[in-house]
Amino acid sequence: MNKLYIACMSMIVFSCNSHQTSYPESKTEHIRQADTTGWPARFGLGRPASAAGIAAMDIDVSPDGTGLPPGEGKAEAGKTVYMNRCVACHGTETTPGDAKLLGPVLISNNPGKAKTIGNYWPYATTLFDYVRRAMPYNEPGTLSDEEVYQVTAFLLAAAKVIRQQDVLNAQTLPNIKMPARERFVPDDRKGGPEVR
Amino acid sequence: MKENKKKTEQELITPVAKPVSRRILLGGAATAAVVLLKSSYGQIIQKAISQAELKINDPTKVLGPPPGELGTRSKFEKPVKKPSDTSSRTPLQDLYGTITPADLHYERHHAGVPVIDPQQYSLTIHGMVEKPLVFTLADLKRFPSVTRTFFLECSGNYRGGKETLRPQEICGLTSQSEWTGVMLSTLFRETGVKPKASWFLAEGSDAAVMSRSIPVSKGWEDAMIAYAQNGEAIRPEQGYPARLLLPGWEGNTSVKWLRRLELSDQPFMTREETSKYTEAVKDGKIRQFSFVMDARSIITYPSYPQQVQKGWMEIRGIAWSGRGKIHKVEVSTNGGRTWNRANLQEPVLDKAHTAFRYLWEWKGGEAEIMSRAIDETGYIQPTMKQLKEARGVDMGGYHLNPITSWLVQRDGSVINKPV
Ligand code: HEC
Repeated sequence: MNKLYIACMSMIVFSCNSHQTSYPESKTEHIRQADTTGWPARFGLGRPASAAGIAAMDIDVSPDGTGLPPGEGKAEAGKTVYMNRCVACHGTETTPGDAKLLGPVLISNNPGKAKTIGNYWPYATTLFDYVRRAMPYNEPGTLSDEEVYQVTAFLLAAAKVIRQQDVLNAQTLPNIKMPARERFVPDDRKGGPEVR
Repeated sequence: MKENKKKTEQELITPVAKPVSRRILLGGAATAAVVLLKSSYGQIIQKAISQAELKINDPTKVLGPPPGELGTRSKFEKPVKKPSDTSSRTPLQDLYGTITPADLHYERHHAGVPVIDPQQYSLTIHGMVEKPLVFTLADLKRFPSVTRTFFLECSGNYRGGKETLRPQEICGLTSQSEWTGVMLSTLFRETGVKPKASWFLAEGSDAAVMSRSIPVSKGWEDAMIAYAQNGEAIRPEQGYPARLLLPGWEGNTSVKWLRRLELSDQPFMTREETSKYTEAVKDGKIRQFSFVMDARSIITYPSYPQQVQKGWMEIRGIAWSGRGKIHKVEVSTNGGRTWNRANLQEPVLDKAHTAFRYLWEWKGGEAEIMSRAIDETGYIQPTMKQLKEARGVDMGGYHLNPITSWLVQRDGSVINKPV
């Protein structure tokens, strides 16, 4: 028998950096069975991914800092980036949290019930990753790594997570402890009669 | 011909003497259709008729247009999605059965629909694998294929608080297709995913470079990379030329326009799994990686803004669960005091929209009709009150699946009951 039996969802465990969270076992009732009878070990399709090819698209940054590029930045320079490239869609300190802008309010002193970087984001690395990946919305991927460090520092300083003079780079960014970090818990819904 | 003096209507029309192409016969701005008439000489002739004439015409007397390259929807049917800046909702109330026509499939994307040349397309799988590989679209199509029908649903699929909401507004961010592609487990085998790998990043090639972390176990279980939808190439809005599909899981995780999978031993904590697609629950906690869509149902007939007549009718709707099959749907016609078992349309599929029906005689007077889905895990679709009790009043807008009530009013008009 050459069947590959795939067990039910195995333990989902995630661990990162200083912090270890064990995700509860999440089972599904359906044990699927991919019928691989008569399959070769490999089909031999696809071509080897070159290191350069991977590097060109591997832009993700992990909570432990994996993927952060060389370079560094401070809030002051970041303010210039923000004022030139972000403010039109994201507002200033005096913009109320419920203002109608193209993008969510990012640096408001008066966020109201809005989720913000300071009160909601669990990892600072996410900010670097997301801004480099997707912002500015109308010109994604046009900031230099240096500018991304700078504007990340500006946003974190505006959220009072770091100080104005702090330098962000591949070493310091993963060490920032975000205020909301401990609030995040794994999904505890699991089917059955209980509403969660 | 000239000897005949009595001119009938037919005779005024030039008989077709030599072969004329259909295009010519059908052409002309004022021409709505062409009819075949028999002249007084017994010849078959064709006559172009105007729009005005056609309206009152008997279709059995009008030759229809010839077969074409693409089918069309009847000009009398105009189902449309309801777009906003960020999404577009399926007109659930206008559909029959459980397959969503591809052009009515809901949309939710974060930076528009990219244009991807299938010749340029590739999917890279790297990270904790024995052999990092790049697959072209042709490569993906050469692997053993699978076809499976299941629903997709955005986890932010709830609107409420108003009487004038149609099923489309309340929960139109769900649709169902028959998908064809390659099982992700097949590609995991091909690349040799290492036993240590527990998460993978799925990344799209849209302007948001959408990215989500997915447990590897889902990849081995039932994830697929789809390149076809309802028998044709996947539509651009649904991820052309290839996308990830995670049956039963919140739509955002089924990354469209898939370009890269990176295997790892930890989640990547992307913006879409931290700042977004997480929900406040009790005690200031925020629930994360809430992948599975809980069971839900909605009555699509009767619903706002329909009008019902006294007598028998079939209450109709759909039910679905991300945890497996729908076990049962119950319908109440008295605001939840008593519940009756609805009929389910077979075959009931795993993680799929399931049509239900319940025969009801409306005798006049006010009635509150509602449905609740019960899935094979024994989960019973909750009320909004139950959800608030379980999650706290500050619960976010994700994963809300409350029972929807419709109020049939004395005059037969139907409105949503805001909760
Ligand atoms: C043209 C308008 C526009 C510009 C310019 C722009 N953004 Fe955005 N931004 C958006 C929109 C729209 C979103 C929401 C996207 C979504 O939800 O998918 C967003 C989202 C964000 C978010 C995520 C917010 C959250 O709470 O999840 C961050 C952070 C961000 N932008 C940073 C920036 C930075 C930094 C710049 C300047 C370098 C910038 N943006 C420029 C429109 C813009």
